[in-house]
Amino acid sequence: MSAKIKLACRNVWKLYGANAETLLKANPSPSADEIRNANTVGAVRAANIEIEEGEIFVIMGLSGSGKSTLVRCLSRLIEPTSGEVLFDGVDLLKADGKALIDIRRHKMGMVFQHFALLPHLTVLQNVMFPLTIQAAPEAEAEARAREVVELVGLKGREGNYPRQLSGGQQQRVGIARSLVTEPDLWFLDEPFSALDPLIRREMQDEFLRLQGRLHKTIVFITHDFEEAVRLADRIAIMKDGEVIQVATPEKLVMNPATDYVAEFTKHIPRSKVLSLAGLMTPGAVGEGAPLLHSAKVADVAERIIASDAPLSVQDDAGQIIGAVDRMAVAKVLFGEGSTP
Amino acid sequence: MIQRFDRRTVIVLALVIVTIVLGYHGRDLSKALDMRWIVKYPSAWVLPFKSVISEAMRWLIEDAAIGPVSFTDVTRAIAWAIEQPYNLILALLATGFVSGLGNEAQVILPAVSWIVVIAAVLALGHYCRDWGLALLAGACFLYLAVFGQWDSAMVTLASVLIAVPIGAGGGLLVGVWAYRHPTGEKILSPILDLMQTIPIFAYLVPILFMFGFGPISALVATIIYATPPMVRITTMALKAVDPEIVDFGRMAGTTERQLMWRVLIPSARQSLMVGVNQVIMLTLNMVIIASMIGAGGLGFDVLAALRRLDIGAGFEAGLAIVVLAIAVDRLSQAFAERMGRMPERTTGSFVARHKRTVLVGALLLMTWTVGQVIPLLQDYPATRTLTTGAFWDDTIKYLNVNYFDQFEAVKVFFLNWFMIPIKKVLLGMPWPWAIAMLVLLGWSAGGWRLALLCGGLAGLILVSGLWAKAMVTVYLCGASVVLATVIGVPLGVWAALNRRAGVAINLFIDTLQTLPSFVYLIPVVMLFRVGDFTALIAIVLYALAPAVRYAAHGVRNVSGELVEAGLVSGCTPLQLLRHIRLPLALPEILLGLNQTIMLALSMLVITALVGTRDLGQEVYIALTKADIGRGVVAGLAIAFIAILADRLIKAGAQQARIRFGLEN
Ligand SMILES: Nc1ncnc2c1ncn2[C@@H]1O[C@H](COP(=O)(O)OP(=O)(O)OP(=O)(O)O)[C@@H](O)[C@H]1O
Ligand SMILES: [Mg+2]
Repeated sequence: MSAKIKLACRNVWKLYGANAETLLKANPSPSADEIRNANTVGAVRAANIEIEEGEIFVIMGLSGSGKSTLVRCLSRLIEPTSGEVLFDGVDLLKADGKALIDIRRHKMGMVFQHFALLPHLTVLQNVMFPLTIQAAPEAEAEARAREVVELVGLKGREGNYPRQLSGGQQQRVGIARSLVTEPDLWFLDEPFSALDPLIRREMQDEFLRLQGRLHKTIVFITHDFEEAVRLADRIAIMKDGEVIQVATPEKLVMNPATDYVAEFTKHIPRSKVLSLAGLMTPGAVGEGAPLLHSAKVADVAERIIASDAPLSVQDDAGQIIGAVDRMAVAKVLFGEGSTP
Repeated sequence: MIQRFDRRTVIVLALVIVTIVLGYHGRDLSKALDMRWIVKYPSAWVLPFKSVISEAMRWLIEDAAIGPVSFTDVTRAIAWAIEQPYNLILALLATGFVSGLGNEAQVILPAVSWIVVIAAVLALGHYCRDWGLALLAGACFLYLAVFGQWDSAMVTLASVLIAVPIGAGGGLLVGVWAYRHPTGEKILSPILDLMQTIPIFAYLVPILFMFGFGPISALVATIIYATPPMVRITTMALKAVDPEIVDFGRMAGTTERQLMWRVLIPSARQSLMVGVNQVIMLTLNMVIIASMIGAGGLGFDVLAALRRLDIGAGFEAGLAIVVLAIAVDRLSQAFAERMGRMPERTTGSFVARHKRTVLVGALLLMTWTVGQVIPLLQDYPATRTLTTGAFWDDTIKYLNVNYFDQFEAVKVFFLNWFMIPIKKVLLGMPWPWAIAMLVLLGWSAGGWRLALLCGGLAGLILVSGLWAKAMVTVYLCGASVVLATVIGVPLGVWAALNRRAGVAINLFIDTLQTLPSFVYLIPVVMLFRVGDFTALIAIVLYALAPAVRYAAHGVRNVSGELVEAGLVSGCTPLQLLRHIRLPLALPEILLGLNQTIMLALSMLVITALVGTRDLGQEVYIALTKADIGRGVVAGLAIAFIAILADRLIKAGAQQARIRFGLEN
């Protein structure tokens, strides 16, 4: 992987409590016990991550594991106690007030768990808001806002107030609003957690569709591992403020770094995680219309099993790179750990 | 454990009995011992606070200056800034625009016609809610016209229209500042605490001195009185805004100012409107008090009538205040709601979008032009006004002629069996003993700090030579508070336990609270004439509300599980009340008591009008004589009593909370 690093954090710590600063100064990497003994809370501890341009990077962890704190450190809504945050190679924590406002106005967008819509503005005014405060020309701003409102499928609801919309629709407004400034970097803090499961699925599909068109760099937070697996290019797993593993969904499932990670992945059917690339016999050539190497096993299993001969697998460029047979698929589907 | 508890109870009981006996026989005792000074603090020992303060104020007003800007320049500037908009609105509503002075005065433009004002009120009511509200508000204003209160009412309305925006806007700004600067809030919080415990009279005299007798003084006093709750509510409302919304604002790249005015304040608008409503109610509450330092209008009418003991006129003007208060209160509440819902966007020409405004504007032009010819359109004809003054006079006369004995019996009963004994004990108590008891109380409730505060403040009252008057104040307020609690707490408990009673009691209390404080006095004076008993009833009526409210709230909030636990262990309803509900509601009830005391103290100067001889009277005399030292010292003494009561009760409530494990 040689993609450009869009956002990175190096040894970021966020401790809450009166003694936080002094503790970190005296001891740059205190243990969990030392943090507790100093009467502080370790919300984020020694976080190191690198997010590549154009990827969907999911931060996953249980409630209280520090996901929101970490993402707020990345956007500098919270000042980290120590560490650096590199955005396009520049330390965000050194930016002054004006520069920060500028970056947020043009380069970052954020979606919130409880939507955070302004109750006194209509859908259109809410979506326009980030442009309005930049004093963008009214007509241009409105045209742009209408465009994104349509993009998220809310055309016709421009004049409604947030409270007149369902939860799913409100979050669509939140999404539209975060996209109106065409940011490069898109933060989503548990955007679908407040929605019920059916709507959540629908919104996930919608999200993937949008990303297919927009190719943003995305930091997506969730506490739902299934959601993480569906959406992520890579996943970072957090526990008690620490990032304990960063990997693709497949690698997480196949090689969990700790028992804790294994515990999560255990409940996920492998077929939904593994792609053909990890299953095929490289170099072999099969029959029939080739399958995409990134296809998940669960999605193509039926075809493979129905075919007597192995099927060809191709990469994104259309090159045949291997073949997969029904035995391999059956192992994934019915073998150990295939079902929860 | 039980033994210790018993010993404590025995000690407390013994002290109480000793105190009462000592108080009751204090005078005889002091004569027998030939130590009169232990009851009557000798005037030779009084420290000259009054003259020192008078001197200091004189220096402040005549000589104080920072560089070229003298203190009077500052007060003049403030007065000027308030005066300009006030004069404009007053001219618009009441006096008309006049050029020239005295006999040469010429009316350029008369005041807005009564028809236009009523139309505007109707339009506002309709805009804010519906025709129901419009008709209610319109009827209130029509009442003012028909019953001949129009001119005074418009003067009052003008001062409300000035005081409310300044109070609400100023409160908002200060609240915003406190929200932005946490240290600012730390400084502000105790000041606000103090302002809310200090009764208004404490600062009437200094204001009178700084701004002179007149409507500006009255406005300043009103604004000072009505602003603190707005500050509080603003900071609270801003803090209550969902942190996600704040995060959103920052992520959208707002500047600090944009964040405040375009994100935070609009998001908090509903709570802010509650604050504005508070400001309005407090402003109306001040109407009569403010007339003591020069506000005209309805308040002045009531005050003048009370001074003449002209019951009919006083009652009419008082009723007019009530009517005005109801209209303004309902309108402002509906307006707040309306601001909470956002306006539906309407399209079309200006006229189509602003039908009501255009209509009222047209009506205004019409009355201004045609009104020259047809005076009816301009002023409500004096010959057509109704008066009920005679009716009220007759009613009172009738009641007094036919039921004099009954009223007298009630009064005498209360005086002989309730009020006079309390008064005798308090006034007869040797002050060294009283202060010692107070210090002891402070120590047992809140440790040595509170004990020190008790001793210090009581000592200051003593050496300022106001001990006797302070005791009368304590007696009047104490008796009223006892009565208000005895009536209010059971009402509150009943309201909490019985839904239907709750609705009725709530309605009653709401009505009481909408009425400005002076109004209580009028019917009571009619029936019982001037004196302590009249003051007692007026205070009780005014101070009842918090006793009821807090008791109801406390009882309602007792956790359902505990009540069920009691039920399961076989408590009868009475046992349930006695052993579970009341003890657990005690902290709330105590806070209600605290509020009751504060309201009782704030009624003091009003009761001075009916001839009580307490600190309120002292302030009132200082007001009429413009004796600043005397007024400030008496005002401070009232404030000290308020602070003592407040701290003692809060400490007691906290102890109760700790005892029940609600706090540690
Ligand atoms: N302002 C604060 N002061 C003290 N502790 C805090 C503060 N904010 C967060 N914490 C603590 O930091 C830890 C991480 O909180 P955070 O909100 O980041 O968790 P999260 O993973 O986002 O959880 P959730 O899924 O519930 O949103 C928690 O233990 C929390 O109690
Ligand atoms: Mg969170």
